Amino acid sequence: MNAVITVLGKDNVGILAKVASECAEVGVNITEVTQSVLQGMFAMIMFVDISGCTVPFSQLVDALTAKGEEMGVKVHVMHEDIFNAMHKI
Amino acid sequence: MINSHDILETINMIDHENLDVRTITMGISLLDCIDDDINKACGKVYDKICRYAENLVKTGEDISKEYGIPIIHKRIAVTPVAMLAAACPTMNPVKFAKTLDKAADTVGVNFVGGYSALVHKGFAPGDYALIESIPEALSVTEKVCSSVNIGSTKAGINMDAVAMMGKVIRRSAELTADRDCIGAAKLVVFCNAPEDNPFMAGAFHGAGEPDCVINVGVSGPGVVRAALAKAGDCNITEVADIVKKTAFKITRTGQLVAKEASKRLSVPFGIVDLSLAPTPAIGDSVAYILEEMGLEQCGAHGTTACLALLNDAVKKGGVMASSHVGGLSGAFIPVTEDAGMIEAARSKALSLTKLEAMTAVCSVGLDMIAIPGDTTAEIISGIIADEAAIGMVNSKTTAVRLIPAIGKKAGEELNFGGLLGNGPIMDINPKSPAKFISRGGRIPAPMQSLKN
Repeated sequence: MNAVITVLGKDNVGILAKVASECAEVGVNITEVTQSVLQGMFAMIMFVDISGCTVPFSQLVDALTAKGEEMGVKVHVMHEDIFNAMHKI
Repeated sequence: MINSHDILETINMIDHENLDVRTITMGISLLDCIDDDINKACGKVYDKICRYAENLVKTGEDISKEYGIPIIHKRIAVTPVAMLAAACPTMNPVKFAKTLDKAADTVGVNFVGGYSALVHKGFAPGDYALIESIPEALSVTEKVCSSVNIGSTKAGINMDAVAMMGKVIRRSAELTADRDCIGAAKLVVFCNAPEDNPFMAGAFHGAGEPDCVINVGVSGPGVVRAALAKAGDCNITEVADIVKKTAFKITRTGQLVAKEASKRLSVPFGIVDLSLAPTPAIGDSVAYILEEMGLEQCGAHGTTACLALLNDAVKKGGVMASSHVGGLSGAFIPVTEDAGMIEAARSKALSLTKLEAMTAVCSVGLDMIAIPGDTTAEIISGIIADEAAIGMVNSKTTAVRLIPAIGKKAGEELNFGGLLGNGPIMDINPKSPAKFISRGGRIPAPMQSLKN
């Protein structure tokens, strides 16, 4: 089962590292990362495999959302099916 | 692989354009709760709703969190209560309303619909008593919604019921005059009422429905408006294409949520209702879409044409996105629930007559319109008859949800708060249709009914 983590906001030190370590702690494997910084705005999209996740998915959502707030960026963690449903026929 | 543009587009729709799934509505049949002892019947109703809908709210919240898509309402629709009231003719059916209210509280839903009667061809046992009890039922409960079907393309229009509903709407407002007449805001009068509509206040669980079913209503006027704004100056064919594509995406999220809810609750999936349902939030308005198409303000000449295009394109885009489509499916134009409509009504750009014309080309009807407090029951019945005639002749659902603002005049305002919104009291034509309404009888079904 795959999910998509997006991080949007003002760039600062260690955003990727903090999100990644949060994932590692609960057994979430990062499969792909795309990242760009445009005029100080940070945008990262992370594809992750959550089949080995040791906590319920909703708990992961809460943890990463809270981590985002700490860093002053907006974090979304969403099941990949929402994007497949919307953008693929 | 999903590309990053698509991901960011979805997130932008949710964060900035008010994309949401408006409601997951569980339809529950109460036919097996019928009993000639009203206390026993109410006991069975309460137990069945609590048993079936125990996990509805939690499941909705879980799905919302996992997919990152807001699901605004979790609601219940039940078998028209008149069918239960028929078995206990000497008892006041308000007891059923109180039971539904209590069950709604227990399972945590914000509305339960189905305090209803279907009388398009005439009154069966239970119907009179239920309709007469509606004002009291809506004043002593908070979460119960009521609807009455008074006409259909197949049956014509029951003018005795039309006359009765004028009085019932007035009485519902009078009994809740201390709460901005909110009773009338929870009461819908239908022609061609759908049996699987997930939207309140008109939701009920029709007699042809299974024991339990999950219906989902989608929304997203803000997303459509934003897509049109991005497109800039394009011709109207392109406008229709943009609406279709956007409606497809919106509906696919609804379909996903419906399938998932159905699976997790082990309840069959019924339909997705392809609707653009506005809320009073800025940016979540159907009127703004019409204005984005090029009208100075909603209500201007051209509004009906824009709405016809919008309504049709929403259906064309949505129908391919869902395996079963039903309910009301179309653009809603509830005046007090739509920021753009409220402004247009305040500035008098939008009149009741224009709204009536608009209802001929969209779902549903004259919805959430505050009218002067001294409007007679006969005039309300006249408005209902006009609206029902539009529905009957055009083989579509039409509805009337008017709120007589007791003690107030045109130009003043009502404020219900929350999703029911607020808005100005609109002018009506004060000429009396009293003699027409007092004739009673039934308007025969039109030629359109003879399709066999």
